[in-house]
Amino acid sequence: MSNVYQVSRRGFLEGLFSAGALILAAPLVPEILKGSEADNAAFHPGVYVGIQPDGKVIIVVHRSEMGTGIRTTLPMVLADELEADWKRVQIEQAIGDRKYGSQNTDGSNSIVGFYEPFRVAGATARTMLEAAAASKWNVPASECQAKNHEVVHSSSGRKLGFGELVADAAKQPVPKREDVHLKSPADFRYIGKEVPITDLDAIVTGQRAFGMDAKVPGMLFASIEHPPVLGGKVANVDDSEALKVKGVSKTVPIETFKGSNYMFNPLGGVAVIADNTWAAFQGRKKLKIDWDLGPHATYDSVTYKKELQETARKPGRAERQVGDVDAAFAKATKIIEAEYYVPHLAHAPMEPPVAVADYRDGKVTIWAPTQNPQAVQTTVAPAVGVKPEDVTCNVTLLGGGFGRKSKPDYCAEAAILSKQLGKPVKVVWSREDDLHFDYFHFVAAMYMKAAVNEKGLPTAWLGRSVYPPMLSGSDKPSYGGLGSMGFIDVPWEMADFRAENGMAQGHVRVGWLRSVANIPHAFAVHSFIDELAAAAGRDRVEYLLAALGSDRIIELGGGGRGGGRGGRGGANRPNPYPIDTARFKRIVEMVADQSGWGKKKSGNGHGYGIAVHRSFLSYVATVVEVEVDSKGGIRIPRVDTVVDAGTVVNPERVRAQFEGAAVFGASLALMGEITSGDGRIQQSNFHNYPVARINEAPFETHVTLVKSDAAPGGVGEPGVPPIAPAICNAVFAATGKRVRDLPLKKAKLV
Amino acid sequence: MIQLKVNGTSRQFDGDPDMPLLWYLRDILDMTGTKFGCGVGLCGACTVHVNGAATRSCSMTMKQAAGKNILTIEGLAAHGDHPVQKAWKANNVPQCGYCQSGQIMQAAALLKQKPKPTDHDIDEAMQGNICRCGTYQHIRQAIKQAAGVKA
Ligand code: FES
Ligand code: FES
Repeated sequence: MSNVYQVSRRGFLEGLFSAGALILAAPLVPEILKGSEADNAAFHPGVYVGIQPDGKVIIVVHRSEMGTGIRTTLPMVLADELEADWKRVQIEQAIGDRKYGSQNTDGSNSIVGFYEPFRVAGATARTMLEAAAASKWNVPASECQAKNHEVVHSSSGRKLGFGELVADAAKQPVPKREDVHLKSPADFRYIGKEVPITDLDAIVTGQRAFGMDAKVPGMLFASIEHPPVLGGKVANVDDSEALKVKGVSKTVPIETFKGSNYMFNPLGGVAVIADNTWAAFQGRKKLKIDWDLGPHATYDSVTYKKELQETARKPGRAERQVGDVDAAFAKATKIIEAEYYVPHLAHAPMEPPVAVADYRDGKVTIWAPTQNPQAVQTTVAPAVGVKPEDVTCNVTLLGGGFGRKSKPDYCAEAAILSKQLGKPVKVVWSREDDLHFDYFHFVAAMYMKAAVNEKGLPTAWLGRSVYPPMLSGSDKPSYGGLGSMGFIDVPWEMADFRAENGMAQGHVRVGWLRSVANIPHAFAVHSFIDELAAAAGRDRVEYLLAALGSDRIIELGGGGRGGGRGGRGGANRPNPYPIDTARFKRIVEMVADQSGWGKKKSGNGHGYGIAVHRSFLSYVATVVEVEVDSKGGIRIPRVDTVVDAGTVVNPERVRAQFEGAAVFGASLALMGEITSGDGRIQQSNFHNYPVARINEAPFETHVTLVKSDAAPGGVGEPGVPPIAPAICNAVFAATGKRVRDLPLKKAKLV
Repeated sequence: MIQLKVNGTSRQFDGDPDMPLLWYLRDILDMTGTKFGCGVGLCGACTVHVNGAATRSCSMTMKQAAGKNILTIEGLAAHGDHPVQKAWKANNVPQCGYCQSGQIMQAAALLKQKPKPTDHDIDEAMQGNICRCGTYQHIRQAIKQAAGVKA
């Protein structure tokens, strides 16, 4: 099967391209994903580029834009290989459709997974345009070269524009992958250059619609009172006062998900329907509901923390082992132990969950800010009794996502209401709804133990991490599963190693948040290595380089459960993303250099901390400078980050991701905490779930990207994990106080 | 009947006088450039100018807006070429973009008051505007560029 083939203009592409356009589709399954979740997508075409007879190039982006710049970056890749003139490229957002392959915009995977397919799609179209010109001129194709939206015949200098070639190009056989030549990096036109995001003008003028801005004629507005406790049900509702609110027309009950498995489904509750958002909000305040709260009404964060910590003190399930840590501990002369804790965190994207649904004659159209439009289809369909292909999901811009908007519960709510009311409905979550009913980042307790040698370096290492599984409200405790998320893939050179996972039960919805388990794991691993270095009385940079040890590739064998984004090899394929300690060491040296490490002494309320972490296939080293004032207040004057993410497509946007990650990481480290009492979340808005503001965020963040032709790594998430440990390590350097429980605002520093 | 001016156009409103200006702009006038982020004056996403002063539209009722001149992001400059907007573009400030209408309106008000703001002035004026994507450093640079002060 050829990698790229022409598709008919019928079906879901209808309307996008004019008659006579050359349209190409490439299968979306990159090599590294084969044998994993994308297998199902292997037989579906996915990356689309069309060239119109007027020369306009249309590129369809199937990944969601939530601030990374992906709506610009993926088209840059394709346009580059196509030799398209960027000014004549039009970018279209794909609806949800399995034909595109995975659209779930998470795991920092858009460039990792689709860099190559987008290149191939562009290069294939270029090859066909060149072949069309060659046959027109009756010259060998090797003499014809696409350049900036036209094909040029080298010896005669004749030229034909892409538009003029479309009709003939469409008749060309689609070349086989091996006959398509990708450009050499020296010839890149856009890749590696700084290209402003396509939505820039519209955003700064307030013209660009987000999900919150979607509007359909005749639309009603809904606000939903959810059960205050996970799994709770409405016992009795009195809506008489609510219905008196001007603009409120109705209340509608929504069923609570069945059983214990909440997954992507609506929480249930009572919806207030009105003719504007404000009236719906007001009506809700007037509802009187008696709840049947169910078993999670006892969920209490103080008790839960103790439970998890106790579990972490007992042996768990080994997920990766090398050598024999128990034997090593038995004969060790020096052992160091520590416990760490990270509370629940909320995503709190600036745009709360919101969706518009229009149910008509067994078909549903959704407009929503979603990271995963296909999950919208498969969640909405059973909720309203239609087939997934009868759900059309239009993806708007997302006002932030961070993992929250991978879950389409709010879309299902809108669809259920639209079906019941026979009108389009917009469901708007308030900030209070968002914080009470998020898919929270899990609470995690970690126990660490190491034997150290006479130089203070670890020789044996035990890490145990405990947190509940995601997306399951199972009635019994179960394993969260470590994945390759910073705990099994510890890079220090040691003979004996074991990573264990303990069981925990979930009591609220739990989901992934920007960098997922890397948040607690990086916090524990990189705080702990700093504790070992402190015990040895060694300079941190020098110590980290020594702990990283020799240049080598770390294989996650030895009972490793792999998974995650640890890098995928396979029986017949080399792993394009081995864990390479030389890359770690290089960025440690670079960040030390860039931050002026060692030039200023730490102490007296001023200090530097470092952490180096690999996640989502990218290596990140961060140095944080902190100032702790006499009241224990923390200021972060400067962050230095060095990133080795392999090939980088849009460096300016990548640096922005790492600046943003420093702010995100500072928020969670300094002030991030969601708690539960009696099964109810105790935070409600930004006064009691603060996130860093301009005066609290790192004052300046300097990001350096390592120049590299290696396969691209992720960039959306990997900046986050090193921030919290680097801050805490800096606080230790500044004050001598070791903070092992986040957030820092609860620690007594003076 | 409440009368007010929005981006220079006279408007009349006879709905709930307690409705916040934010929802009037968004749901009644369909001017969705002004965003909803928290509803209680904590995030700044809804910032507009009321008689020239940066104001959280979620926390001002229509009754309070009566007789006032409201300026929203849609009316800030005819062609999106207010110095703050130009600086925002030149510095590639937005990530997701959701908070940026509010940030721009807040920054524009700051520069009217303090044409050459210091870092401290910027902290003071901008700390009510949350950017969850963390574009603060770019925001600071853009404000300085618009003001023509050294970064
Ligand atoms: S929506 Fe008005 S300040 Fe947040
Ligand atoms: S750019 Fe996303 S919240 Fe500010």
